[in-house]
Amino acid sequence: MQRVLFLTIVAAFAIAAPFFFYSVTLMTIMCFVVFACSFNLLLGYTGLLCFGHAMFFGGAAYVTGYVLQSTPLSTELAILAGGAAAGLLGAVIGYLTMKRQGIQFAMITLAFSQFIYFIFLQAPFTGGEDGMQAIPRNDLFGVIDISSNLTFYYVVLAITALCVFIYYRVVHSPYGEVLKAVRDNQPRVESLGFDPEKIKLVAFIISAAMAGIAGGMKATVYQFATLTDASWPVSGEVILMTLLGGLGTLTGPVFGAAIIILLNDYLAGFGEWALISQGVILLVVIVFFRRGFVGELSALKRSFLRRKTGSAGSGTPAAEAIKARS
Amino acid sequence: MFEGISTQLLFGQLLLGLINGSFYAMLSMGLAIIFGLMNVVNFTHGAQYMLGAFVAWLLLNHLGLGYWYSLILAPIVVAGFGMVMERLLLRPLQNLDHLYGLLATYAVALIVEGLARYQYGSTGLPYENPISGGVNLGFMFLPYYRLWVVVFSIVTCIVTWLLIEHTKLGAYLRAANENPRIVETFGINVPKMMTLTYGFGVGLAALSGVLAAPIYQVSPSMGSSLMIVVFAVVVIGGMGSIMGAAVTGYMLGIIEGLTKVIYPEAASVVIFLFMIVALYLRPAGMFASKESV
Repeated sequence: MQRVLFLTIVAAFAIAAPFFFYSVTLMTIMCFVVFACSFNLLLGYTGLLCFGHAMFFGGAAYVTGYVLQSTPLSTELAILAGGAAAGLLGAVIGYLTMKRQGIQFAMITLAFSQFIYFIFLQAPFTGGEDGMQAIPRNDLFGVIDISSNLTFYYVVLAITALCVFIYYRVVHSPYGEVLKAVRDNQPRVESLGFDPEKIKLVAFIISAAMAGIAGGMKATVYQFATLTDASWPVSGEVILMTLLGGLGTLTGPVFGAAIIILLNDYLAGFGEWALISQGVILLVVIVFFRRGFVGELSALKRSFLRRKTGSAGSGTPAAEAIKARS
Repeated sequence: MFEGISTQLLFGQLLLGLINGSFYAMLSMGLAIIFGLMNVVNFTHGAQYMLGAFVAWLLLNHLGLGYWYSLILAPIVVAGFGMVMERLLLRPLQNLDHLYGLLATYAVALIVEGLARYQYGSTGLPYENPISGGVNLGFMFLPYYRLWVVVFSIVTCIVTWLLIEHTKLGAYLRAANENPRIVETFGINVPKMMTLTYGFGVGLAALSGVLAAPIYQVSPSMGSSLMIVVFAVVVIGGMGSIMGAAVTGYMLGIIEGLTKVIYPEAASVVIFLFMIVALYLRPAGMFASKESV
């Protein structure tokens, strides 16, 4: 009941939002919400730190843009094509890197993303340093005109809702449970007869495809795709969003993406300060608030509830731990 | 194979490759040392390299201390910064998941690079060449300073390797990596050793920065792009092997230089291509002697 109420409020807010806020900013936030969700699936639930997630985001933006420019395919199919291309790229890179664990994985994915970046820099279809300009928004399903930002806002909202729903389903499926088990104790999962490498590879592909959907959406929102979207600072940004929102929390990426996008918007005129403040926020989160925004809030709520029922004697740390384990 | 390519161009690019390789080798050695003992992927490495160059520039322009002073002073200053960073930031994160250490060093890199860019802008600052002139070898012109960089970096790499593989101190370091608790029971202060190791690795990065200052311009972004290439080098060489990292660094520098002659379009990606091949053939690393961590 509580959940239905919560979802209704969120839905009402999302539908009314473009009448109160600038729709392009809202759409940007949603693109990054999907992007951060895809990243959280990997780092928060699988324990894989990919330091090159921008290659899927930026790569898919080019693919979506290219499809829209050179074919009459409808916009939603073009975004899907971006996601599929990113998933394919993820499959190849995941296959090559899955053997290396932990922090090495971060270095390798970063190097891969730089490799892809250089390819985009030189490939003829990306437009090099100028980027891909004037990407059209072909009619939705081939019939509905979505050239106005207000109409398009609802398309982006629908895709975002769908992606978040899929993310939610993956995390709460039996497969999601295995993912978390791989994160917490890989040898144990292996001893139970699972193949952790294959499980992680599938998570990597899902995550890459989802990041691709996000990138494809961004290309259609701004109607251009640039090298920036595929560059490593964007990879760093999505890490920051996820950590700030709360690693391995469901709603964390939403808050993280919103906070960072609004901050970037606000600091856009201050040159280097956007980057510096991102560094400072990341540092503060790592040192003091490792649970992130959502994680700290729910921890606060839990400790508040415990204090209320504490006199009954059931709230000892040991009891909590046992309860949590069973 | 090299028909139609002038020897001058070939040797010119080979030398350039060797110079780049010198920086790859020194930087990846520092990374491998830090990773080997502390299990920290030092994302600040590029920023520390940049800081080395900037300290040299500041010493020259504000205190009038020239290149040769900087070669000693800049690494000490930056290593000091690194050791403070290790004590205040990395030590408290030591017992958590290693990715927090990695992300913390990344955050510091963002801040340092951002501040440098805020203060000095994105354009490079020139640094005067301390050894001007060169020698004509007949088939090419060899500037003395470039020769100095190559020789100096090779000596540095060999000394570092001897220090870690063939001295008692190095043995302690390697032992502390294997089993810090047992080493501590021998009365060795492992945390202090870690601080010093991090300082040493950072000092190597800063030393490379000073070496690089007269060749490349001193600019805030000089470290970040180089660092990603160095990561690829370390991945190819295997994370655990210090000599492997250095040898791979020189090798890939030369390969990159040759690619510029044979097929210039691929020069920026050839190292990454090698990484992919290496990942495919040797998933645990080229020179890896033990299980990957």
